[in-house]
Amino acid sequence: MAQEQSLTYKITKNLRCLVCQGQSVYDSDSDFANSLKIVVQRKVDEGMSENDIYEFLKTKYGEWILYDPGLNKKTYILWLLPILLFLIGGAIIIKKLKLKKT
Amino acid sequence: MKLKIIPIILIIFFSIIFIIFFKGLQKTSIYTPDENFEKNVPSFTAKVIKTGVENSSEQLFSGDQFYLMNIWASWCAPCRAEHNFLMKLKVNENLKIIGLNYKDKEKNALNFLKELKNPYDKILVDGDGTIAIDWGAYGVPESFLIHNKKIIKKIIGPIDENLYLDIERLIK
Amino acid sequence: MPSLIGSYSLFFGLGCSIFIIFFSIKNFKNSSSFDSKILSFSLLQLLFVIVSFIGLILSFIISDFSNETVFNHSHTTKPLFYKISGTWGNHEGSLLLWLLVLTLFISIFLLNTKNLLKNYRILTLLYQQIIIIGFFIFIIKTSNPFNYIYPEPDEGLGLNPILQDPALAIHPPILYLGYVGSSIIFSSALAAMSLNWVSKEWAKHIKKWILTSWIFLTFGILLGSIWAYYELGWGGFWFWDPVENVSLMPWLALTTLFHCVLVLEKKSILTSWVIILSITTFTLSMCGTFLVRSGILNSVHTFANDPERGVFILIFLFSLIFLALFIFFFFYKVENKKINSFFWLSKETAILVNNWFMMYFLSVVLIGTIYPIFLDVISSQQISVGPPFYHKLIVPFLIPFLLAMAIGPNLNWIKSDLKNKFYLFLFLLISLVLSSLIIINLKIDFLINTVLISSAFYLFFITTRDFIVHRFQNLAQNVSHFGFSLFILSVLFNNIFSSEIITNLKVGETFKTKDVTIFFEKITKKKEQNFDAITGKFSITNSKNIEQILNPELRIYNQPNIVTSEADIKINLLSDKFMTMNLVQNQNYFNIRYQHKPFMIWIWASIFIISFGGLISIFKRRHET
Repeated sequence: MAQEQSLTYKITKNLRCLVCQGQSVYDSDSDFANSLKIVVQRKVDEGMSENDIYEFLKTKYGEWILYDPGLNKKTYILWLLPILLFLIGGAIIIKKLKLKKT
Repeated sequence: MKLKIIPIILIIFFSIIFIIFFKGLQKTSIYTPDENFEKNVPSFTAKVIKTGVENSSEQLFSGDQFYLMNIWASWCAPCRAEHNFLMKLKVNENLKIIGLNYKDKEKNALNFLKELKNPYDKILVDGDGTIAIDWGAYGVPESFLIHNKKIIKKIIGPIDENLYLDIERLIK
Repeated sequence: MPSLIGSYSLFFGLGCSIFIIFFSIKNFKNSSSFDSKILSFSLLQLLFVIVSFIGLILSFIISDFSNETVFNHSHTTKPLFYKISGTWGNHEGSLLLWLLVLTLFISIFLLNTKNLLKNYRILTLLYQQIIIIGFFIFIIKTSNPFNYIYPEPDEGLGLNPILQDPALAIHPPILYLGYVGSSIIFSSALAAMSLNWVSKEWAKHIKKWILTSWIFLTFGILLGSIWAYYELGWGGFWFWDPVENVSLMPWLALTTLFHCVLVLEKKSILTSWVIILSITTFTLSMCGTFLVRSGILNSVHTFANDPERGVFILIFLFSLIFLALFIFFFFYKVENKKINSFFWLSKETAILVNNWFMMYFLSVVLIGTIYPIFLDVISSQQISVGPPFYHKLIVPFLIPFLLAMAIGPNLNWIKSDLKNKFYLFLFLLISLVLSSLIIINLKIDFLINTVLISSAFYLFFITTRDFIVHRFQNLAQNVSHFGFSLFILSVLFNNIFSSEIITNLKVGETFKTKDVTIFFEKITKKKEQNFDAITGKFSITNSKNIEQILNPELRIYNQPNIVTSEADIKINLLSDKFMTMNLVQNQNYFNIRYQHKPFMIWIWASIFIISFGGLISIFKRRHET
C-alpha cells in the first residue's frame, strides 16, 4: 500500500494543475487537483503503469499537463541544445589546451 | 572577415529572440486545453441524484438525438448565470440535457433547482469530481454537446448568448 | 501629501540625470581631474529617489487610499510591519526599489573609486545613467506608484495574505541588492571595454562588486526558498518555477564570473570571457524582470500584467544588449593571443572546467524557462517544462562537477603534477565505500544516487582535509566548496529519505501506518487583527512511541477574503516534521498533509556556509590592500 501511495505522489508531482497553473497537482489544493489525485490513485490501484496514466491524461488535457516533456519532434531542441552547448564548450577548452603543446 | 561575420550572426540571433518574445507577449500565458482533444464519449458509470440508480455512459447516450452534458454545482456562481440558457435549450425536442452535479451536497443541489427550475432530463452525481476528469473537465461549469456518441462541441465556462445560439444552430 | 512629494521627487530625480550627463561629457573631454559637481548631482539624484521611496512608505503607513498603489495593496487593519513591507510587495513599489538600488550603488561606486582612472569612473556612471533613465521612464510612464484616485476610497483592497510574512518582507530588498547590484558590473565592464582597461587592476576592483552582489543574491534566494517551504504548504523549497529560475540564472552567471575574474586578476588572461560574463549577468537580471513582469510566463508568483510594461522592458532589454554588442565589437580590442593558453593540469584549467559546467547548468535553466514561449510562438503548441526536465539534465552532470570542485583548488597555477597528491585517490576510495555502505544498508537501488553521493562525500572529505592541513590558506574558497558539498548531501538525503502522508481526517479520528500514528485531537478558533484562525491539534506518535504535538493553522483573512494554510513545523538537527491542513469543498473533514523531512536545516545552513565563504573573501581583500 505504501508503495502504491508513493507512486501516486510521484505521478501527481509530475502533473501540472490546470486551475492554479503554476503548481503541480500534488502541491495544489484546488478541487480539480484533489479529484485528479483520487483518479490517479485509483488507476494506480488498478495496476495501470506510470506511463499509461500519463498517456491517459495527455489525451484528456493535452501534453501541457505533463511536467516532463517527452523527447519528440517538438522538444528535440529543448533536450538537445543544452547538451550540444556542453559539447561545444568542451571543444573550445580542449582547443585552448592544445594550443599550449604546439 | 572573420570578425565581421560574428557580430552579424549575433545581431540576427538577438533580433530573432526579440521578435519571438514580442510575439509571445501577444499570446496569453494561461493554458486552456485544445477543444478538439478527445471526440469519443468517455465510458463511466454514475448514480442518479436522489434515487441512486447506477447509469452507464453506454445507456445514457445511446439514443440518436443530441445530448448536452452539463457539469454544474450549486456553489458555483457562473452556473447561475448560464442557467437561463439551459432553460431555453430545454424546449428543444431533440436535445436531452444531462446534468453532472459536481462536488455538491444533495440538499443544496435540489434547493438550487427548486429556486431556478430544473432544466435537466437526468441528473448524475459526481461527489468526488472524478467523473468530470473522465470528461477532461477541470472546473465548473463545463458543457459537452454530444451526437452519435461523439462530442461535437466542448464549452469551458458558462454558456452565454453566443454559445447558446451556436448550440441551437448545431442541433438543427 | 507624502504621495505628492514622492511623485515630484521622482521627476526631480530624473531631472538630475540631465545635469549628470551634461557635466560628465564635459568633464570627460576636457579636464584631467574628476568634476565634483558630477558626484554632487549623483548624490542629489539618490536623495530624490530616497525621498520618493520614503514618500511611498509613508503613504502606506498612513493608509492614504487616494494613492492607487496603496489602495490596491493595503488595508487599515493590516499590521504596521506589513504596511511597510507592502511598499515593495507590489509591482510599482518594487520598481521604485529597483531604482533606489541602481542609484545607491552608483553613488557608492563613485565614492569608493576615488583613486581610479577619471574617465573610467565617468563612463561607468554614464552607462549606469542609461539604465537609471530607462527605469525612471518605465516607472513614470507605465508603473507610477503615485497615481491618484478621486474620490478617495474609504478602504484598501489589502495585501495578499501569503505575502504577509516576515521572510518575504525582507526578501525583495535583499534579493534586489544582488539582482540589481549586478548593474554596476555591467556598466563598469562596458566602461572598461571602451577604455581598453580590462586588466588585472580592473579585475581586482570589480571583484568586490561581484562578491557583494553574489552574497546578497544568495541570501535573497535563500529567503525566498525558506518562505516557499513554510508558506506554500507543500513542503518543497525549490520547484523550478520560472520566477525561481529567473533568480537562479544571474546567480549561476555571477558564480562563474567571480571564478574567472580570479584568473584574470592573477594572470591577465580570459579577458574577453570575463567581459562577456559581466554583460550576461545583468542581461539575465533584466531578462528575468521581463519574463516575470510582462506576464509572458505563468508562474505561482503573479504580478499584475500589463502588455505595455512588457513591451517597454523588452525594448529596453534589447537596447542594452545591442549597446553592449556594439561596444564589444567596435571599441574593445582583443589582447594578443600568445599567453592565452593553458597547461592541462593547472588551476586555470580547473576554473575553466568550472565555467564550462556552470555555463551548461545556466543553459539548461535558460532554455527550460523560455523554450515553451518559443514553441508556442512558432507552432502554437503548449508544453510544460518542470522539475523532471531539470533533474534529468542537471543531476548526472553534477558528478564530474563535484569531482572537479574537489580536485581543482588543490592544483597550482600555471602547471601542476600529481606527485604528492596520493590523498586525492585515497579519499575517492573512502567516499565510494562509504556511500555504497549507506546505499546498501538502506536499500536504495539507484546507481546514479550512489555515484552522486560518493562524489559529494569526496568533495566533503577533501575540503575538510584542507581545513586541517592548510588552515587559513584559501579559507574563503574552502568554506564555500565545503558548504556546497554539504548542500548537495543534504538535498540528496532529504530527497531520498523524505516520507509523507496525505489523508482526510475529522476531529477525533486517528490515522495509522506502521511508522506513525496521527491523532486529530481538536480544533480551536481564534480571532486575530486581520484574520480568523482555525488551529488544529494533532498528536503524532512514532514507532518509538515518542509523542509530539503539531498545530497547523488555517487563516481566513478578511481583506482580501483568502484562506491560507499555515504549516506547523517542528525543527530539529536531524529532521523536520511538517504538517498542514486544508479545507475540502463541501466536506466536514480536513485534508491533512504530514511530512517527515530529514536534514532540512542543513540545507539552509549549507547555503549560509556557502555565502559565508563569499563574506570571508571580501574581508580578506580588505585586509591585504
